[in-house]
Amino acid sequence: MTVKILYFASLRDALGCAEESFTLPSGVSTVGDLRAFLADRGDRWHALAQGRNVRAALNQRMAGASEPVAPGDEIAFFPPVTGG
Amino acid sequence: MSVSVQRDDFDPGVESAALSQGRCDVGGVATFVGLVRAANEGSGVFAMTLEHYPGMTERALEEIAEEARSRWHLLGVRVIHRYGRLEPGERIVFVGVAAAHRGEAFAACEFIMDYLKTRAPFWKREETPEGARWVDARESDDSAAARWDDVEMRR
Repeated sequence: MTVKILYFASLRDALGCAEESFTLPSGVSTVGDLRAFLADRGDRWHALAQGRNVRAALNQRMAGASEPVAPGDEIAFFPPVTGG
Repeated sequence: MSVSVQRDDFDPGVESAALSQGRCDVGGVATFVGLVRAANEGSGVFAMTLEHYPGMTERALEEIAEEARSRWHLLGVRVIHRYGRLEPGERIVFVGVAAAHRGEAFAACEFIMDYLKTRAPFWKREETPEGARWVDARESDDSAAARWDDVEMRR
């Protein structure tokens, strides 16, 4: 029942965490649910709160908040990209 | 391979020539090379470090190249994006597109850059006299990518 969560760039710096294995609690069924759950950890995790400019990827594809998450998924959170 | 994510530099001349090598149907090759600037938003920049999301980066670039192929009739596409620490004047990105006519080549080249700017998972961190800072995304990049939403396929 675990997923892999990755954090990149300024968001990783703010959280002090690059990667974690996470057991999906009941009630967390989408990317948006997961983000809200993590933001509720408080303190520095407010960097993931609603209104903050955070993007997500699910299994290495850009993902919206409504996309469902399942055990074994890889979910990444990061700031808007700045390549090119 | 049409997409590369690499630490090493590339030779734009070699990459550009390869897009039409041995072909007699290519009428034009449009290329774009992105470089590190020595100044950004009022500060000097000594260097920048490009971070990326290994695995997703390659896939995102391939999907962007594929999207360009679906919108225009293209005879070749090449995208190279570097990561790691780069100094002013160094090359960051190469986009090259071969087509029968210039209109398709110019449009597809610009489209790929606009999509790459908003969809490829790269992040820049600059070294400035005031210290290191993450580069903020620009709204103008979003609007540049969004203008392609309304563009009809031009084949």
